Amino acid sequence: MTLRATTWQTVGPFFKIGLAWLYREDLAGADVHGERIEITGRVLDADGNTVPDAVLELWQANSHGKYAHPEDGQNKPIDSGFSGFGRIATDDQGRFRFTTIRPGQVPAPEISGKAATAWAPLQAPHINVSVCTRGLLRRLVTRIYFPDESANATDFALLKVDPVRRSTLIAKRSANSPSKFEWDLVLQGPHETVFFDI
Amino acid sequence: MAPLRPYRRYHPGTQPEYLHSPYVSSQKRAPSQPLVHLPHTISEITGPVFSNELIDVKAFDLTKQHSAEPLGERIIVSGRVIDEDGRALPHTLVEIWQANSAGRYAHAIDQHDAPLDPNFTGCGHTITDAEGRYRFVTIKPGAYPWQNHYNAWRAAHIHFSVFGPAFATRLISQMYFPGDPLMANDPIFNCTADESARNRLISLFDWETTMPLHALGYRFDIVMSGRDATPFEENHGAHR
Repeated sequence: MTLRATTWQTVGPFFKIGLAWLYREDLAGADVHGERIEITGRVLDADGNTVPDAVLELWQANSHGKYAHPEDGQNKPIDSGFSGFGRIATDDQGRFRFTTIRPGQVPAPEISGKAATAWAPLQAPHINVSVCTRGLLRRLVTRIYFPDESANATDFALLKVDPVRRSTLIAKRSANSPSKFEWDLVLQGPHETVFFDI
Repeated sequence: MAPLRPYRRYHPGTQPEYLHSPYVSSQKRAPSQPLVHLPHTISEITGPVFSNELIDVKAFDLTKQHSAEPLGERIIVSGRVIDEDGRALPHTLVEIWQANSAGRYAHAIDQHDAPLDPNFTGCGHTITDAEGRYRFVTIKPGAYPWQNHYNAWRAAHIHFSVFGPAFATRLISQMYFPGDPLMANDPIFNCTADESARNRLISLFDWETTMPLHALGYRFDIVMSGRDATPFEENHGAHR
């Protein structure tokens, strides 16, 4: 007889007092290897109203495509100054911003005994995102991908998504700078972001 | 690389649906499209690891963060973080936040007409030991009214945030107190269909951790998703 995982509950409107001590909006220190990027965006509700009480958690591989975690057994370099974790809250305008390095590619699952799959052996570069807000009874999980990335076409997760909705997962390059990206997270509605059941 | 060992999915009914209309704020924020099932990849079975240097060893005691003790009933909240197979989850970060004894959060947007306590901020963190144990010293939080419906009151609760070993195991929840009559009408407590899952959010009064002449003990064990015994299987169609 196994136990059952504890039930989620909403973070409510006051999470800042408990979670702000670990806000991390600059994920990569100066000595971390990789291409510096900035991602900004907004969190929006069903009516297009901004959500000023959202908290996002980020989890990503380093620029070589390796996670700072004991179960990543890949023979790739570790960046000792890069944990891959970020936590950011939206401001009173529902906006968020973080800086990091562009993640490398990590392996897609292998299926034993099946020779050919639609997806490539490596996933396209992506940042894993959890979002919690007042009104969300448990977290939503999504991913941020990058535009102009040929690996997107054969990415394990993107191939599971209805093609017409895939664009909600792909950041837009800012007109002002090639290292700046914009990505909005829409909780509900016609432009609803794709969320994953993990 | 060794084959990935995915985490078990939540048992049906034991987690809230995103839309729970009695909780009014969920109506405009719950997604309307079904979630896309994603088998676990290396991105989901890894997750942040926090170093001991990050942890403030005094942050487990919410009654010692100011020049004097906060007002209210001093309590000890302790328990274990384990997985669904009963295995201890050592070295995992546990964060809490809560209202003060009068039912007021030390947060700018909390407008409840109850006093702030200059000696209580209401947040803490700790890391589990080798047996998955954690322990906080705090003040029993008060109930408080909210705008959800006529005469709405939140049952007294402490918010818990736990990471576990992977991105897939992340958990944020709330702990309640035994015998609180407000739970019956609290739409947040009641958002999960499975009654026994709800009831596992209620801490147990605990003589063992109650300290004579000092503080009552409450026990709250936290269970995180276990490891799936079956290897990776591609048995879900696209667009699901």
